[in-house]
Amino acid sequence: MRYLLKRLGFYLVAAWAAVTINFFLPRLMPGDPATALFARFKGKLAPEAIDALRATFGLTEGPLWSQYLTYLSHVLRGEMGVSIAYFPAPVSQVIGTALGWTLFLAGSAVVLSFAIGSLLGVAAAWWRRGWVDTWLPSALVFAGSLPYFWLAMAALYLFGFQLGWFPLGHAYADDSVPGWNLAFVVDVLRHAALPMLTIVIATLGGWLLSMRNTMISVLGSDYVNLARAKGLSPARVVLRYAARNALLPSVTSFGMALGFVLGGSLLTEIVFSYPGQGYLLVQAVRNQDYPLMQGIFLVITLAVLAANWMVDLVYLWLDARTRDSAS
Amino acid sequence: MSAPDLTRGTLGAWALAIRRDRKALVGASLLALFAVVAVLGPFFAGDPTALVGIPLQAPSAAHWLGTNGQGQDVLTQLIVGTRVSLALGFTVGILVVLIGALVGVTAGYFGGRVDGLLSVFSNVFLVLPGMPLAIVIAAYLPSGPFTVGLVLVVTGWAWNARVMRAQALALRRRDFVAAAIVAGESDFRILMAEILPNMMSVLVAQVIGSTVYAIGAQVGLEFLGLGDVSRVTWGTMLYWAQNDSALLTGSWWTFVPAGLCVALVGFALTLVNSGFDEITNPRLQLERFWRVHLIRRGQVPGRSTPVVREHA
Repeated sequence: MRYLLKRLGFYLVAAWAAVTINFFLPRLMPGDPATALFARFKGKLAPEAIDALRATFGLTEGPLWSQYLTYLSHVLRGEMGVSIAYFPAPVSQVIGTALGWTLFLAGSAVVLSFAIGSLLGVAAAWWRRGWVDTWLPSALVFAGSLPYFWLAMAALYLFGFQLGWFPLGHAYADDSVPGWNLAFVVDVLRHAALPMLTIVIATLGGWLLSMRNTMISVLGSDYVNLARAKGLSPARVVLRYAARNALLPSVTSFGMALGFVLGGSLLTEIVFSYPGQGYLLVQAVRNQDYPLMQGIFLVITLAVLAANWMVDLVYLWLDARTRDSAS
Repeated sequence: MSAPDLTRGTLGAWALAIRRDRKALVGASLLALFAVVAVLGPFFAGDPTALVGIPLQAPSAAHWLGTNGQGQDVLTQLIVGTRVSLALGFTVGILVVLIGALVGVTAGYFGGRVDGLLSVFSNVFLVLPGMPLAIVIAAYLPSGPFTVGLVLVVTGWAWNARVMRAQALALRRRDFVAAAIVAGESDFRILMAEILPNMMSVLVAQVIGSTVYAIGAQVGLEFLGLGDVSRVTWGTMLYWAQNDSALLTGSWWTFVPAGLCVALVGFALTLVNSGFDEITNPRLQLERFWRVHLIRRGQVPGRSTPVVREHA
């Protein structure tokens, strides 16, 4: 319990750091930030509305610390200003509609990649110097060096454009009606298949290698030898004794990989015109929509922090040592 | 059976890795090829922005990799872009490791409150998603290679700090460092003369790893249009390919070459690193020795790792 609270405290510090970075970034911009930012709203908003917006960003006449406090209180209430690109929708609303798609795409891709990669790693360590161990890691490391979005472009060109097996973009077909019915779910999966596949292929190598290397040292340890000597079946030795413990380092890096994969999946979304945060982000960059950009950064950060905390929970469940010292 | 031969120095170990390990040799050769193109290429390739023909021509004898959406020669752009892309990648790779080493070694060596503070600081940067942060910062700054380099350094140093801290912690407990402390050496001298030289092989390996990250992330940012889009690099080539709807016109030659080059450089660097690991990692070295030993005696090594301990 104390372990979890300690971690929670750390994530709160990280979240505070993200908010603070967000606050100071516009102020680092050359020239007067407020004028540059609000020049884009001229003619779109009434003067009173601009003043209200200034307050949201803490861009008031007061001293820096009072600006900062104003900004913090607005962020805590979930007010992140008005989007320029999707005017007059508030940033929180614009982000909210796209968040689900990103969590669905990146989340499933990370979990799939972790599961498949770790299993392949176990196989590679067990059949050491077999073909899984010799060729697959090299091939996947090569795939991992390809930029995500480039892999996405190549896959889209080959399977979408040339072969026509998959749709060319978006999360679902124009003519399907969103709802919890089989036809819509199948449509969504068809659209998500290709982007997900490219992310999985690009990230598989890391999980495979990490699992393989840990497995190799765990397989040489005494308790695994004991399990073998007791005459347990190889499958039981490998999966229940060795793999469970070899998984720990991978779980630790899982949290960090989340942020990394999410970053890559933002670019993948752009290639597939997938209506998630990445697609929004590029719209924001093109339109110099700073409020939206900052909102996206904040929301993605919070999502990553929350996911990291869940990873801590899983770690606690897997590793008896932390559990004992925690209770 | 000796552990890594430190007397030979880091360079010696690298030379050994390249000579002994087939993977490292392939990687090093690929890198050498790219280095030659980066240094000499721009002198021979000609003007990458010159309009040479109809836009989006398929590869032909005149234009080996075809033309892009603006009617510029893709091969020329690829060659000229190599220099900027690699230079920025390696610069960021080195800077990121230097900053990481500074923070990490300070934390690991001094320990206590300094360590606590620096560790929280670098862990926060580690957990903040790098790409979105890089995009937001880059969007506020004037676009160009300097901005791209800066944001990559800001978002990329933390991982190195963590690795270096672990290294420094391990070295801190070694006898020769304790001896230096007892002898009354200054902290600065101990860090510079005792600790850093013993981390050289890790530092070099980290530079290679960070360069792979830097090249990939740089291309990603430029692909978003956050680089200087009038300058020819691998990333801006991909940006223009996407902008000119290369996919929907079926002109694969505008985006395939640049992406393959990024991947080849990353792959080559990874190969060199893993070859180096085979040579300097005592565990893998012992295992290899044991295998050779068994095979010489006409025995087949087991499926999983034989238990390799000192008795090998």
